Amino acid sequence: MKEAVHISGLASAGPDLQELLGMVARGDQDAFSQVYEAVCGPVLGLVRSVLRDPAQSEEVAQEVLVEVWRTAPRFQAARGSAMNWVLTLAHHRAVDRVRSVEATTAREHKAALLDRTPAFDDVTEQVETRLEREQVRRCMRTLSELQRESVTLAYYRGLTYREVAELLAAPLGTIKTRLRDGLIRLRDCLGVSA
Amino acid sequence: MSDAGLHTLTGAYALHALPEPERREFERHLGDCAACSVEVLEFSETATRLGLAVSAAPSRELRERVLREIATVRQEPPPGGRRTRPGATGQHGAGRTRRWPAFALAASLAAAAAFGGVAAWQNQVAQDARQEARAAQEANTRLVQVLAAPDAKSRSGTLEDGATGTVVVSESQDRAVFLASGLAEAPGGKVYQLWFDDGGTMRSAGLMRASGDSPTTYATLLDGPVDGATGMGVTVEPAGGSAQPTSAPLALMSLPA
Repeated sequence: MKEAVHISGLASAGPDLQELLGMVARGDQDAFSQVYEAVCGPVLGLVRSVLRDPAQSEEVAQEVLVEVWRTAPRFQAARGSAMNWVLTLAHHRAVDRVRSVEATTAREHKAALLDRTPAFDDVTEQVETRLEREQVRRCMRTLSELQRESVTLAYYRGLTYREVAELLAAPLGTIKTRLRDGLIRLRDCLGVSA
Repeated sequence: MSDAGLHTLTGAYALHALPEPERREFERHLGDCAACSVEVLEFSETATRLGLAVSAAPSRELRERVLREIATVRQEPPPGGRRTRPGATGQHGAGRTRRWPAFALAASLAAAAAFGGVAAWQNQVAQDARQEARAAQEANTRLVQVLAAPDAKSRSGTLEDGATGTVVVSESQDRAVFLASGLAEAPGGKVYQLWFDDGGTMRSAGLMRASGDSPTTYATLLDGPVDGATGMGVTVEPAGGSAQPTSAPLALMSLPA
């Protein structure tokens, strides 16, 4: 196994991006276009994973990217990485949208939801992304089935843990602990530290 | 819900999978639970890796639309730049205890207008304006509670150029507030960051926030519990703050015992 691969992949997105965000926070539009290049792929991918509809995903991704510009002065490195800040924004926006839109419609198609696995098969030429994807996929396989399904439905599909429990016909307490156990395993497998 | 029950929600919270009322309850818990905050941060960074793995290829048009739009969108001011009434100056002498509540009220007005500092991590930053206002109020309530606590103890010291710093600790609440007056604004683009001193190891306690009409007056609730810290420090850090101090401290003070 290529344990260390992701480290080089992530390093190029780490300190540079933080520095660039600092420049963006002071109104630097050139710095923003560099931030854009670094984050637009992950932002769009994550939003699309939750929303699935391509047109709506582009719209939300655009909102998120403009939000990055607008609120860059609020970014605090002490509270997480720059990419974390951006993707947290993206996930919140996507989830807020899906929860407002889907309340009555798409949520009925539970089978369809369960059927889908994350869109790991998107074609991309970026080596870093491919390595990241391999690593995540490998770590996902170390989870129990219930852990994997819970994490996937909550994160990639934007469901609340209550919806996950209902969908998987499992007790609420079980889903809570599976989400936490699953993330502990993923954290350790991916070598994440705070 | 019991604290133990809440603790298992770190996973759901980090994935944004808690329904609204439970999210709020958990965030209140988070302010008092350093272990939970660390776990949430790690889980959130883990989720970020999951997000990177589904990266997609955006169209050129998206880039153009975004770059066009940002040219017309005004950025938010950095947190801590807003100020309202003073009230802190001159309250560091003897007998100040009785005046804390008056100061607390002034600080409360200031914090209500500023972006909340109590949240334990970035997630809070992503909430909408309404939630921010609420967080600011909560931060503020906590600040006032510390200052007004029956067991509040304080210690003052000199920072630099005649600036004064006072740290107030409430043991029962396990929280601390730092007040400073006469302190020049941090040099261009930099910020003041606060730290807990855990026996020589510095733990970030968030950024310092201006709190009065005077830009030289600060009142900040330190992020996270005191948790046995023996002292606190102030450093100048790049915008956004740092995970570890990157400069020599302006001040190191031991906490009142």
